[in-house]
Amino acid sequence: MRVGVITFPGSLDDRDAQRAIRLAGAEPVALWHGEHDLKKVDAIVLPGGFSYGDYLRCGAIASHSPIMAEVVDAANKGMPVLGICNGFQMLVEAHLLPGGLIRNDHGRFVRRDQMIRVENNRTDWTNKFDESEEIVIPLKNGEGGYIADKATLDRLEGDGLVTFRYLGVNPNGSLNDIAGISNERGNVVGLMPHPEHAVERGFGPNTADAMRSGIDGLRIFTSMIAKVLA
Amino acid sequence: MSRHVADTVANAAATPEKEQPFAALGLKPDEYARIREILGRRPTSGELAMYSVMWSEHCSYKSSKIYLRQFGQKVTDKMRERLMVGMGENAGVVDIGEGWAVTFKVESHNHPSYIEPFQGAATGVGGIVRDIISMGARPVAVMDQLRFGAIDHPDTARVVHGVVGGISFYGNCLGLPNIGGETVFDAVYQGNPLVNALAVGVLRHEDLHLANASGVGNKVVLFGARTGGDGIGGASILASDSFDSTGPTKRPAVQVGDPFAEKVLIECCLELYAGGLVEGIQDLGAAGISCATSELASNGDGGMFVELDNVLLRDPTLTAEEILMSESQERMMAVVKPEKLEAFLAVVAKWDVETSVLGEVTDTGRLIIHHGGEEIVNVDPRTVAIDGPVYERPVAYPAWIDALQANSASALPRATEGDELREQFLALVASPNLADTSYITDQYDYYVGGNTALAFPDDAGMIRVDEESGLGFAIATDANGRYCQLDPYEGARLALAEAFRNVSMTGAVPAAVTDCLNFGSPENPEVMWQFMRSVEGLGDACMELEIPVTGGNVSFYNQTGDQPIHPTPVVGVLGIIDDVERRVPSAWQDEGNNIYLLGVTRTELDGSAWAGTIHGHLGGRPPQLSLNDEKALAHLVQGAALEGLLMSAHDLSEGGLAQALAESVARFGIGARVWLNDIIERDGMDLTSALFSESTARAIVTVPREDDVKFVGLCEARGYPVLRIGVTDGRDYEATLHVQDVFTVPVAEIRERSNATLPHYFA
Repeated sequence: MRVGVITFPGSLDDRDAQRAIRLAGAEPVALWHGEHDLKKVDAIVLPGGFSYGDYLRCGAIASHSPIMAEVVDAANKGMPVLGICNGFQMLVEAHLLPGGLIRNDHGRFVRRDQMIRVENNRTDWTNKFDESEEIVIPLKNGEGGYIADKATLDRLEGDGLVTFRYLGVNPNGSLNDIAGISNERGNVVGLMPHPEHAVERGFGPNTADAMRSGIDGLRIFTSMIAKVLA
Repeated sequence: MSRHVADTVANAAATPEKEQPFAALGLKPDEYARIREILGRRPTSGELAMYSVMWSEHCSYKSSKIYLRQFGQKVTDKMRERLMVGMGENAGVVDIGEGWAVTFKVESHNHPSYIEPFQGAATGVGGIVRDIISMGARPVAVMDQLRFGAIDHPDTARVVHGVVGGISFYGNCLGLPNIGGETVFDAVYQGNPLVNALAVGVLRHEDLHLANASGVGNKVVLFGARTGGDGIGGASILASDSFDSTGPTKRPAVQVGDPFAEKVLIECCLELYAGGLVEGIQDLGAAGISCATSELASNGDGGMFVELDNVLLRDPTLTAEEILMSESQERMMAVVKPEKLEAFLAVVAKWDVETSVLGEVTDTGRLIIHHGGEEIVNVDPRTVAIDGPVYERPVAYPAWIDALQANSASALPRATEGDELREQFLALVASPNLADTSYITDQYDYYVGGNTALAFPDDAGMIRVDEESGLGFAIATDANGRYCQLDPYEGARLALAEAFRNVSMTGAVPAAVTDCLNFGSPENPEVMWQFMRSVEGLGDACMELEIPVTGGNVSFYNQTGDQPIHPTPVVGVLGIIDDVERRVPSAWQDEGNNIYLLGVTRTELDGSAWAGTIHGHLGGRPPQLSLNDEKALAHLVQGAALEGLLMSAHDLSEGGLAQALAESVARFGIGARVWLNDIIERDGMDLTSALFSESTARAIVTVPREDDVKFVGLCEARGYPVLRIGVTDGRDYEATLHVQDVFTVPVAEIRERSNATLPHYFA
């Protein structure tokens, strides 16, 4: 079971995503943005960071990287693809997911332990969660405000494509409190919070149980493994 | 447009009488005369540019050198045990065991951060991170020590927004967790804020790199961002009347940062190191190419030839002098063997980093630079980089200090009634320097890397280095400018003691020290006395604690008009922990644990947060310090942590016991019942002192009830004073801090007061 993590110039959480995949029980495979080789992986993670310094628009330049042609192709054939933060922005720029992400409404970068609700547990990346399960995942972004036109929002809500929703605090002004969405097939998921930072006790978000003990993010990766092995 | 023609060596020899703008470049007449003596002729304009920046206070340490030597002299064999690289290199390197080493350093970027707060602070982070990379290490954490003017002054918000935004922008974009730091507001920093930046890197022992150019015929390569006209200190003079007036003029003296370029540079350098493609490396910071070429050559075989036309420029109109002085960011200079050049260029190309070969290492003993086919620099590089001027500045005992020390806080009225003490308690909790700093720290990413075991507001930040063994380091910095104003010798010792204590509270064992010494003008004899005393204090205290200073930075001229800042020697202590799993956090997470106060409380309110906040008073003598007690406390906490007896440990410092209690309850909303009568009875004092005194070598720890006997036994066996002063009790909306017979405050109210202060001024 091989899961690719693509490193772009300016990727930051690529090694963290690799660790999360390893802890979930799969083999992480480092992929390079400038190549056209997916190295026979079974799933792909686009990690967080500031690819190309967020120049032009977040994720815009990376979405034109050579390897993205293969990613789009594989996604359209049903391979599980996860975009985290900057990776979510790339998926939107590559038109694998609808809408867009803009500067946080308060104008500042924000880092917090964020409560979110799993709205759809039927995607390739959420099948290990209960429906409406409330989880804590670290969030850190400057441009995480999800936007889409009304027709798109209605379709996302109507078709159950909102995968994760912010609870308690909307940290960036996202419409409908949207934290993450999927495509109709459920193999492509993008979210602003960082599940790879909630996979190991001692290094995750604070929970009611103990500080830094949250590992809710791990199930995003084990969900994908279960799907691939099914 | 006519091309600027550089002043050649031949021209300089032929026109000895030509007037040169040395004074405008910051050189004194005797320094200029010394340069002429060294060269046996007048310097070319390019040489003058190089000497002027390299002999500046910032680069040459000419006023501080004679004092800084003590850090290398006041050392014992034990202090050398872990030291792989000491002072003088880009950053010190410490052996932390298991084949791992840590390199760390703190540096100032004060003046740029006042002129242009966002870029000033951003490039401060960038500069210190390049120092870490050039040692061969992967940067793994940053933290910042910030001093701003009065929180309610109209200009403070401008500086705070810019500085915090710049640190957030640059640090987050580099993917470096920000794990701690300091934020202090005081009117003495109004016209001269302090922005110190600290970075830590980790490396395997065999990956250590040093900045030297050895091996005749090896190539000198400049890579990274292109060279532009930013950050040229005195270049406006060089580029104006004295020279060709058609060139660029009045360039901004503040550099502009591009964190994306730096992130790519980090990964590119690490790949170059992994491939063994670099013989020597140096980052370009202050004084740019002048510094990198002269330092690399001085530390290597002594000679270098450089073709300045090969420097890739952002602006083709830059003159040779400007190219030599430019402080454009995100650049590195490497020394590469000719047979490895192709492989080197392939790695650099993979990362889309621009590169040019500038020249090569020679054994001539001269640094020779050509531009436009002519020789414009021909110097002994050691005269530029190493043998700069050294001053023994006049020192004078400040006449005002006796009166200041005589004005003790002991004469201030002290409250005895519960209501008034409650109000003072909350006033301190809400005061700018003790209030919650989430407004700032929420803008920093501490998750990236996945190895952050502790971060603000814990007493120290902690990073796991080895995922298998759990080996890690803890780091904390401190400086109390108010104490240093009262007594710079004791103030520096107290700064070290507090950082040492903070690191020890996590269970880590302190191993090394870095410092950033922020002072007023060295030309003021009273400031020079403060500096001398602080360095003596720090050196003596390091010797007593047996941890070496491994590197740091001096920042002078921090003043507005004639008014210097309080002496602010920021001291960083790095500790080692065998397994971060055993770390001890500072706040309370569970009900039903016993709360113990370790150490003795004396009536020590001089220079305290209580005196400052409640009475607007600064006077007297800072608290007594026994470094033996500090060591004993550290050993006790480390021992108890090793046995797993501690649920939390929090040092007592600014605001005393009261503030430590407030922070402990507010963090996770766990209440407490506390009694003060045992402290008052044993140590003999009043309620105000029990709550707000800032006596040293103290901490509060929480211990599960089942471990009580063991813990108290441990304290008694070590002879360390211990008192049970309360129990943690109640959580969430039911949580209160109940100080028996004095006052009760709901934890929600403490949080509200603490959390409101910074947003009120800045949100």
